[in-house]
Amino acid sequence: MIDFVHPALLFILGAAPIPFLKGPIRKTYVVLIPVLAIVAVLTLEPGNYGAGHFIGQEILFAKVDRLSIVFATVFTIMALIGMVYALHLPRAGQHVAAFVYVGSALGVVFAGDYLTLYLFWEGMAFASAYLVFAQGGERAIRAAFRYLMVHITGGVALLGGIVLHGLAAGSLLFGPIAGGVASGTMDTGGYMILAGFLLNAAVPPLNAWLTDAYPEATVTGAVFMSAFTTKTAVYVLARAFPGTELLVWLGAVMALYGVIYAVLENDCRRLLAYHIVSQVGYMVAGIGIGTEMAVNGATSHAFAHILYKALLFMGAGAVIEVTGRRKLTELGGLYKTMPLTVALYMVGAFAISAFPFFSGFVTKSMVIAAAGQDHRALVVLVLTMASAGTFLHTGLKLPYYMFFGADRKLEAREPPRNMLVAMGMAALLCIAIGVFPGPLYALLPYPVAFEPYTGAHVTESLGLLMFTALGFVLFLKALDPENTISIDTDWFYRKGARAFLWLAEKPLARYEKAVSNVSDTVALPLLHGTARAGLRVDLHGIDAAVNGFARTILVAGGALRRLQTGVITHYALAMIAGVIAAIAVSAVVWQ
Amino acid sequence: MIRHIVDFFGDEGYARSRRRLLYLVLVLIVAADFLVPREHAEYLWDRLPGWSAVYGFGSCVLIIFVSKFLGHQVGLMRREDYYD
Repeated sequence: MIDFVHPALLFILGAAPIPFLKGPIRKTYVVLIPVLAIVAVLTLEPGNYGAGHFIGQEILFAKVDRLSIVFATVFTIMALIGMVYALHLPRAGQHVAAFVYVGSALGVVFAGDYLTLYLFWEGMAFASAYLVFAQGGERAIRAAFRYLMVHITGGVALLGGIVLHGLAAGSLLFGPIAGGVASGTMDTGGYMILAGFLLNAAVPPLNAWLTDAYPEATVTGAVFMSAFTTKTAVYVLARAFPGTELLVWLGAVMALYGVIYAVLENDCRRLLAYHIVSQVGYMVAGIGIGTEMAVNGATSHAFAHILYKALLFMGAGAVIEVTGRRKLTELGGLYKTMPLTVALYMVGAFAISAFPFFSGFVTKSMVIAAAGQDHRALVVLVLTMASAGTFLHTGLKLPYYMFFGADRKLEAREPPRNMLVAMGMAALLCIAIGVFPGPLYALLPYPVAFEPYTGAHVTESLGLLMFTALGFVLFLKALDPENTISIDTDWFYRKGARAFLWLAEKPLARYEKAVSNVSDTVALPLLHGTARAGLRVDLHGIDAAVNGFARTILVAGGALRRLQTGVITHYALAMIAGVIAAIAVSAVVWQ
Repeated sequence: MIRHIVDFFGDEGYARSRRRLLYLVLVLIVAADFLVPREHAEYLWDRLPGWSAVYGFGSCVLIIFVSKFLGHQVGLMRREDYYD
């Protein structure tokens, strides 16, 4: 009996046969593997597996503990939902990429050392980039290249940090980085690792890759992307940097940052992507607070977030799938033709907004309560304000302009059945977690002493949310989507790249031309002159010398010829003389 | 049933009922907020019934107008061909 099946390998090795399977067999297969992975994760026993040595360093292929099991559980459930949502795809490419992506995310979650972590980290970047490339078209391909370049840069920072930290700490085992930012004793390597992690968590100003690329991905690919990259980053932050003060403030800022940009956004999936930034802010803040309750809150919020955010992306994806439109200014009036999609989307919207009896209510409030217990009033206020903003956009603005609002008379219908089933699975879990938080709480890394369903908490949440709705109703006109895009920090590399190209095309090209002018007017004549001089030297100097040398040899040859008498005795005499001379010379040298 | 609920929120004919329902819900929530027991009042606002309603409404308005200000006056919002 094998006591440990690495769920990452199930996906990564399991991806290989997909292109060779057809029709119903492939459909069964791509659903079966995630089911097997869920079983594998549920039967995992905490412990260390696959320890070894590589280039003189300790390697730990898999370290299983409570924290990694929570993330692995939701990752495998999400893989199942995502595969069901993508079942109708005719080609195998995206299935393979999604498998490798999920497998790599699981590899990171179980990585016991930094080298294993780095390997899977890069695997995630490349596999997920494929899901953007697969969309095709110039916009998507450009976005995919930007996505890839940002992640490769982040990966280089991470690798550099790993090497430096490994040299300083003497071990590459993955664990809390000693010292922490606050005490100021963290080494450069630690900071570089932190930067690599923060990039994947989409912490501003390193957030733009997410909101740039996710809306350009395929309908099914974006669902996977919304779940794995940022939450893997949350996991590694929780493992390596709990209690880092900097994270509290970064988290609070990013919770509002995403909300502010969501007001301005016109693209439905980009609006949702900004709310990933906002929601991950709660998790980053929770990890920064670092108490048991805060880490529990961050972890459970990641669990709930993966499911409801995937549900929201699935809902928006269904609209794009059937209408081919993605801008709120071009959508509206779909509720008549897509009532099921509306209902399922709204379950996700209630869950992300933390309505009572939906999953966000039992997880987000744990983070806020932990901030309150830690006497951080400002953080409590900021995160509560971000909650209002979350409902304002994902629960009111987006569904209003996408499904209700002005009827654009679009040809629409419900999406394919498999998409609805996948959305139904996610919606069911969003409600189940909200109504019965017990099983999720039991899964968390620390014992939970938090009761979400108190009277005050319920009425306060409802008051916050419903008066946000009142604000929405009163100021609806101000929220009308506008046909614009918003400048985010990707401005620096998108315009920066253009400046670089301008530099290459204009000043550098001019410099190059100037150099070639110099060579035409100055260098070439100089070279010609030199060549002519060389020729002269060659003709008169070297040739003369060579000729002279040849003449000398000719004369000497003539003299030698005269020595050749043809008489044996003369030769013999010459040889004897030679031998005597040789002996005489060597005798002199010998002494 | 789902279709009926969705239609209630979409159809123009129910606009009046929707608004009434919203106001009713708002009143009920504030009333309930005055009635619930509050044992753990850590901060000043925890002791104020109706605080979350005020804070929610204020946040909503603040978020809308600060964002639009940043978008229009500070210039975060650009034409769609800005990067082309």
